[in-house]
Amino acid sequence: MTQIPNAETAIQLARVSRQYTMGGATIQAVNDVSLSVARNEFLALLGSSGSGKSTLLNLIAGLDRPTSGSIMAQGQNLAELTSIELARYRCNTIGMIFQSFNLLPRMTLEENIELPLRLAEVDREERPGRVREALERVRLTHRLGHRPTELSGGEQQRVAIARALVNRPKILLADEPTGNLDSATGEAILSLLRDVQRQLGMTIVMVTHERPLAERYADRLAIMGDGKLLSASEITKEAAR
Amino acid sequence: MKPRDLSDLAFRNLREAILRNALTTLGVAVGVASLVAMLSLGVGLQELASKRLSQSGLFDTIFVTPKNNFRGMGRPQREVQSDKPPRTLDEDARKEIEKLPNVIEVYPQVRFFTEVRFNNKPFATVVAGMPDSSRNSGSFDGMQGYFFSSPTADEAILQIEFAKDLSEKPASLIGQDLVLRYAERQALPANDDSSTPSGETSGGFSVVPKELRLKIVGIVETEPAAGYGGYGNARLLMPLSTASTLRAAQVNDLRDIVRDNTANKTTYASLSVRAKSPSQVETLEASIKSMGFAAYSLLDASKSLRTFFSVFDLLLGIFGSLALAVATLGIVNTLVMAILERRREIGVLKALGAADSDVQQLFFVEAGVMGLFGGFFGVLFGWLLGRAITFGTNVYLKRQNLNPIELSSVPWWLVVGAIVFAILVSLAAGLYPASRAAKLNPVDALRYE
Repeated sequence: MTQIPNAETAIQLARVSRQYTMGGATIQAVNDVSLSVARNEFLALLGSSGSGKSTLLNLIAGLDRPTSGSIMAQGQNLAELTSIELARYRCNTIGMIFQSFNLLPRMTLEENIELPLRLAEVDREERPGRVREALERVRLTHRLGHRPTELSGGEQQRVAIARALVNRPKILLADEPTGNLDSATGEAILSLLRDVQRQLGMTIVMVTHERPLAERYADRLAIMGDGKLLSASEITKEAAR
Repeated sequence: MKPRDLSDLAFRNLREAILRNALTTLGVAVGVASLVAMLSLGVGLQELASKRLSQSGLFDTIFVTPKNNFRGMGRPQREVQSDKPPRTLDEDARKEIEKLPNVIEVYPQVRFFTEVRFNNKPFATVVAGMPDSSRNSGSFDGMQGYFFSSPTADEAILQIEFAKDLSEKPASLIGQDLVLRYAERQALPANDDSSTPSGETSGGFSVVPKELRLKIVGIVETEPAAGYGGYGNARLLMPLSTASTLRAAQVNDLRDIVRDNTANKTTYASLSVRAKSPSQVETLEASIKSMGFAAYSLLDASKSLRTFFSVFDLLLGIFGSLALAVATLGIVNTLVMAILERRREIGVLKALGAADSDVQQLFFVEAGVMGLFGGFFGVLFGWLLGRAITFGTNVYLKRQNLNPIELSSVPWWLVVGAIVFAILVSLAAGLYPASRAAKLNPVDALRYE
């Protein structure tokens, strides 16, 4: 049943399914998932490998389209958006961070962070200030001219967060952000995400398989298995424990 | 994305794989160079031919001969279409032609085979009379010395090869005298009183050897109006008025004696008719033909020359383009390789908000930049290649004691055209890779290791 989003809902998934056909076989990556994420909420999507959590994140990011069901994000029905509108949505509404950071190695940190500003056609004069502001937020201003390969994994992920924040998105989507980091650095990154979320009033949806970390930093947990949301009701932190 | 950001990113991407992109660009440059070199040779040859022809001063000139004029040995006599006797090219005809619209002047061709004495040595040559109007025709541009001081001066301009026969240092001849020995026509006493203005009768004339001292005032590369008059190139030029007063026996004199010329008038072997501009030559030629004379202009020859060079340039262009076609495959290959290498980057760009069109434009600009640089350097290489061919040719010509020539020419339209063509071809080569990059699924691309 499609839920009508209210003003406090940032993301609303209604009976979302995504099927793939691979070698003649149909794979149900996401199966009839309905889920609401409130504004300024930090939601952790938990699940084992192949449970469909990353696919769901890609659907929310507008990188993929559902086979059926609808996704509303910040009041926009993604199914109704054209390819160009979807690109604009990714540029202005969404910020994404990845397990493998996905920084462009041949660009400096400054250029990497400036990239979303170029895509959003922000004035050139405004860009240096915005880049510096994003780097200050992740406390890396002194590494402005460095290349990603000159940084540690934790620093690279902080740069990736700065890049995701530079266009001041309403929703931050994180796909296993601590997956390539040791536990201390992972905690530091999640702590940073939590701070940013509180300071900027952002909605965060984070895919992870590290339940203890998710329980510590997320407001709410949603557990997936075999493409389904395991429980009809959302799982609270207390219940997860 | 804004154009400046797009080009910034494209240049950055090209710099990152600089060796491969430079080699691809070099491939385009070689392709363009071959095209430019081929076409520059075609254009150069065309300009050379046109220049030589226009220097002859004949593009605005029509040659008029009687329809039943003698033809060359072994060639059949022209068929006379009507029963009417063909018109004679006489003084009346000359005046009639002079009155035609757009005619500047009509003058007879005075051209005779004779002997020149210089330093008491005889030299056989053809002498031609030049009208005073040829002074400004451009035919004598770049000559050594100067043009005749007056239309009736006893002066001579020598063709360079003839000057070389006379002296090892042709330039030293200017200011010196030579003696022209020629056969003067002297009219035999008439049987009646009806004589021509020149005093000749149809009864005939005797030939008396005469001499005239001429001062050499100039030396010219080629003879203007070469090839007409039946004796081949004239190697000694003198003012037409001076040449006419000599009354030197010409090739048509014998024909006039044997012909039953009842009009008792001077007849001409041929007349040169100068039109106001080459564009009026065709109409004028038709008018003269309708008067019953044979007329010929170099415009007829230049028409077929233009057709020849158009086809020649086209063929050179096709052969030159073959290398560019191969270079195009190089661009396709480079960009397809770039897609494979930058697959993940394309995914990141899309995840950050790049539209398909942004990715497509990025690859297009990269292809266009390779085309721009390839075109620029290609024109440069092509020009250098043309210069090298010209240099090599001139070294060979010098060894053969021939004058140097400008074999290749790179006009501005070829420069602009080649660069634009290189960009267009490169963009066309970028079509497939750009479209493939744009269609890349971002989820798959991000997953790619």
